[in-house]
Amino acid sequence: MGWIKRTFHRTGSPRWFFAGSRAWVIGLYAVGASLIAVGSVWGLGFVPPERLQGNSVRILFIHAPAAHLAEAIYVAIAIAGFVFLVWRMKMADMLIEAAAPIGFVVTVLALATGIIWGIPTWGTGWVWDARTVSTLLLAFLFFGLVALRQAIGRPDRASRAVALLALVGVVNIPIIKYSVEWFTTLHQPPSIVIGEKPAIAPVFLMPLAVNVLGFYCFVAGVVIAALRARIVEREGGAQWLHDWISKS
Amino acid sequence: MRLFVAQFRRDLLVAVRSRSDAANPLVFFVLATVLLGLGGGANLAPGAIWVLALFANVLAVEGVFRRDHDDGTLEQLLIHAQPLFPAVMGKLAAHWALSGAPVAVLSPVAAIMLTGTTSGIGVLVLTLCIGTPALTLLGAIGSALTVATGRGGLLVAILVLPFYVPVLIFGASASTAAVSGDPVAFQLLALSALLAGCLTAAPFAVGKALAISQEY
Repeated sequence: MGWIKRTFHRTGSPRWFFAGSRAWVIGLYAVGASLIAVGSVWGLGFVPPERLQGNSVRILFIHAPAAHLAEAIYVAIAIAGFVFLVWRMKMADMLIEAAAPIGFVVTVLALATGIIWGIPTWGTGWVWDARTVSTLLLAFLFFGLVALRQAIGRPDRASRAVALLALVGVVNIPIIKYSVEWFTTLHQPPSIVIGEKPAIAPVFLMPLAVNVLGFYCFVAGVVIAALRARIVEREGGAQWLHDWISKS
Repeated sequence: MRLFVAQFRRDLLVAVRSRSDAANPLVFFVLATVLLGLGGGANLAPGAIWVLALFANVLAVEGVFRRDHDDGTLEQLLIHAQPLFPAVMGKLAAHWALSGAPVAVLSPVAAIMLTGTTSGIGVLVLTLCIGTPALTLLGAIGSALTVATGRGGLLVAILVLPFYVPVLIFGASASTAAVSGDPVAFQLLALSALLAGCLTAAPFAVGKALAISQEY
């Protein structure tokens, strides 16, 4: 048990996190990029065209991981917001700051691929239904987190306000997640539910799984890299940082 | 309860004695109705009135804590109001009585001007009566978060409009359905559920945001 507690406290300390996370960034970048490469080449080149959608189904291998990841990033931010409000861990606040713009980009990617996919299959790029609108709102939530931090001059006050906003915004997540089950929408209901037989053919499922995993690893690497940049920015005057820079 | 009543009375009194401020949301609502009528022509859906009410609300709620923050009353409130919940509720109730309620009362006029029909007006007023307090409660969170920055305005709108969307969806769809005589029970129940959720949860978030803004 001792090592869990030690790891937890070390992750919460900018100094230990900074020293230990460089290998993680490199590892996650390498694993993520190769998984995305394998999954995308597999999905784009070797999967047969779908019976009804033809070749347009291949955008699934980008759209689904991006959409899934967008929600996951927000949940991570909300948890970090809770951690920061309760325990005032600096690292949690820096995680929010680092992840919010990345989440915005990923959400926009999910929306853009959704529009591109919708034009040939739905016959329209955009519908005002629950899932598309709630995902668009997710993009605005990410944007709001960045905008609020910039608007509040005092960093300590900004951190707490942003953490609170992140926590309040989490009400949108169940709306996105269950929008396709609660409402009748053009967007299909989930094909992959834990504990049930997937409603998607294995030939599509395998490259999709590889790409989801790849997206997770790669974006985790990007977030950690951004987090390291935040640490350098905030702890710029610290002695350990000067020592570390002059050593490497 | 005493705290709620005291805060409610005080805020109402302050607003009434500075007459022009209190009337602003209503005047904006009427003016926007006129502009929409001129720009978009008549025969719009009742959803348009809901959007106008929503904008009037976000513009009004942006300043709900401004004056109290500027003269230090807000800081005193945080010191003496224990618990904070009834005081926040009293403040927001007074604010709604002067912004959301008049808009709901005046909405039949806007509906006749814009949609050209009197059918479904009862449901429109009802949805606005249920929906606008929820909007005020949600908007107050954004207003409280930004009160100390001195630059609310557009930022508050960006922060809170995403949260307004569920209220708008159910309110507008009920008002639209009522015009054609379709059943509206589900939308009204959903709207009431949203209001119940906001009433119980939002004041806590507002209190927390105010405490952050005043450095407690």
